[in-house]
Amino acid sequence: MDVGRRPGARERRDGTTNGGIGTMPLDANGAFLSFRNVKKSYDQKTLVVKDFNLDVQKGEFITLLGPSGSGKSTVLMMLAGFEGVTSGDIVIAGQSVTRTAPYRRNIGMVFQNYALFPHMTIAENLAYPLRVRKMNKAAVKDRVNEYLRLIEMGSFGGRYPGQLSGGQRQRVALARALIFEPSLILMDEPLGALDKKLREQMQYEITRLHEQLGFTVIYVTHDQTEALTMSSRIAVFNDGVVQQCAAPAQLYERPSNAFVADFIGENNFIPGKVDRIEGGKARVTVAGGGTITADAAEGLKAGADCVLSIRPEKLFIKPTSHAYDNELVAEHVTHHYVGDFIRFYFRVAEGTEITIKVLNDLAAPDLKAGDKASLVWLAKDCIAFPA
Amino acid sequence: MTPSALDANDTASARRELRRRKLTAFLFVAPLLLFLVFAFVAPIATMLVRSVYHPVVSELIPETLEALKDWDGEALPPAEARAVFAADLKRLAGERLSGKLAEEINRALPGSSSTIKASARKLGRMDDAELASAGGAILAAADAAWENPKIWKAIRDAGAAYTPDYYLTALDLEMADGGGVQPRDGAKIYVDLYTKTLRIALYITVLTLIGGYPLAYYLANAESKNANMLMVFVLLPFWTSLLVRTTSWIALLQTSGVVNSVLTGAGITRSPLEMLYTQFSTVLAMTHILMPFMILPLYSVMKGIDPSYMRAAMSMGSKPIPAFLKIYLPMTLPGLSAGVLLVFIISVGYYITPALVGGTDGQMISNIIAFHMQQSNNWELAAALGSLLLAMILVLYWVYDRFVGAGNIKLG
Repeated sequence: MDVGRRPGARERRDGTTNGGIGTMPLDANGAFLSFRNVKKSYDQKTLVVKDFNLDVQKGEFITLLGPSGSGKSTVLMMLAGFEGVTSGDIVIAGQSVTRTAPYRRNIGMVFQNYALFPHMTIAENLAYPLRVRKMNKAAVKDRVNEYLRLIEMGSFGGRYPGQLSGGQRQRVALARALIFEPSLILMDEPLGALDKKLREQMQYEITRLHEQLGFTVIYVTHDQTEALTMSSRIAVFNDGVVQQCAAPAQLYERPSNAFVADFIGENNFIPGKVDRIEGGKARVTVAGGGTITADAAEGLKAGADCVLSIRPEKLFIKPTSHAYDNELVAEHVTHHYVGDFIRFYFRVAEGTEITIKVLNDLAAPDLKAGDKASLVWLAKDCIAFPA
Repeated sequence: MTPSALDANDTASARRELRRRKLTAFLFVAPLLLFLVFAFVAPIATMLVRSVYHPVVSELIPETLEALKDWDGEALPPAEARAVFAADLKRLAGERLSGKLAEEINRALPGSSSTIKASARKLGRMDDAELASAGGAILAAADAAWENPKIWKAIRDAGAAYTPDYYLTALDLEMADGGGVQPRDGAKIYVDLYTKTLRIALYITVLTLIGGYPLAYYLANAESKNANMLMVFVLLPFWTSLLVRTTSWIALLQTSGVVNSVLTGAGITRSPLEMLYTQFSTVLAMTHILMPFMILPLYSVMKGIDPSYMRAAMSMGSKPIPAFLKIYLPMTLPGLSAGVLLVFIISVGYYITPALVGGTDGQMISNIIAFHMQQSNNWELAAALGSLLLAMILVLYWVYDRFVGAGNIKLG
């Protein structure tokens, strides 16, 4: 099949996407789903999504993470076909779907409010996508029962969505998006309406189904814990641009810019001035006179202002048994008792505040307000970003 | 462990608390309740009573009716009974009430008015003793009609205080001579009028639905700036006087009106169309006036339907139109049924618009009720027609509840 040259034209001619993805030729780079220079504007003046590029492999769990209004939901809606693409191309299994109607894309979707049809029973809800596909009645019944068992709700087929709890509705919504075996599952903040405990349970449930069935997921959330625990890769959005797209551990340990460092997890930022850069390491002078060694981020120049980022759990208070190669004296302000750990607040010169998480064990220091303490850390846990 | 049951003291104080709450609740609704009793329940009850209760004749000639009680209704009544009537008639003539009796009897037996009036004039000059002995003969001498049992039967029938006659008339029926019910001679005025009223109400309901549903959908899904402005256009006519809106249709539709001028001016029609004072103008003007009643409940229901339902259906492979029919339409059913019921019931009882723009062709049942109250002074028939209208609405509501469920109605 010659889809490499003009995938869009071919798509328009027969107007269908095929469910059997296995036989489809993939992209040159092996990607199953590709966004190519996708842009979106609602008002014909400003871009909400600016030049979005992403390649997704089959079976990956990709999370689009970002603050509200960052364009992540818009990307999802364009992929589902509910929003038009202003420019650029979206390709699934080698075929452009940019101009394909949403009902021909064969993409399953889970909505934040679940969107279960209130006038249909759970079984009817699950059967809906199959009936649309004119599957015969006996097969529909078997498949519905199979999926009810899969989400461990075998006896709930005759109930109405209004009679279920939030978590149960969420499971049904998930099963309904999976039941017609779509090529791709989109989830738009699916756990946003659940309480903390249920949310954790559902995270586990989604991960289990993902591993069991091996579908490809595009997941949108603004909850970073959710993103970090579930995803194969996370694309961090801000201001219509992907700031970094990487696996959770890399995103957390090696953020590529100050926004990602700040957005993912907690972080301390200390302003300073770069003295020199050698072999990827920067020597930075901070206010108050100390000199710090840190990993240099891309774009950092000698002589320019910078910010140092260090995670609260990587900092230690002297005396400590941990190895260190940076030291900074700070004034203790206050501390909060959290339970499993204690959160200490320090102030360095010029009012920069530093937070430290200390395990609540015998080694936890006993400090009073105004006490001076030495904070220490390793150079590899510290990154210098251009200010 | 502390027992969870209440002791006597607790029970008493809990009861007091409950009583106080009930009383407060009652005081809140009391003013409206009183108003409803006086302005709604009482008038309807009076109307229902009036439609079957008509004591005028029984109050005018009670003794005659008493005397006619045992009469078989076949031959002439016995001479004594006729003499009692003669005495009653003389008394009425003296009290100047014989005209009223004549009018009442004339309704049952046309032509008897002059008989009664003329006889009353003659009897007024007679001596009481003479009337008591030979009343029947004197009556016969005054008018030959008194020899016919028909007029006596009419008098006796009109004497019943409770009568189904008005309902029979309202249904174009009458009592047969030998008992039982038979269709009235001539045109079926009222039954035809009822069916026409229902038909017009149906046209209006369908038209408001066709016009209102898409607009409500647009309003519910448009940007709030556009939606608010359009909402003003929906509500503005709603706030304008009904009379102004109806008369503006007269200005539009009359022979030399705006529509006809445009049509003839554009050369589409050669002579002006007769649009005003027809059923067409009634339907058109009422569709316009009742449109908000359809749009508002639909809008409020559609406003609450998240767009993700349609999106979910489409993501599962459903085309837009089947998705609309299977998913969206059933979800709008509460607003749809509220709008349909509201428009239909309001239009069935509508008065002013058909009265102003309907002519003879576009009259509805309420116009004939008004006619009987204001012109023919037959309040009892008006009450019977009104009660039937009420019964009809209740039946429709029952049918609706049976098949759709009244619990589904959502007004806002």
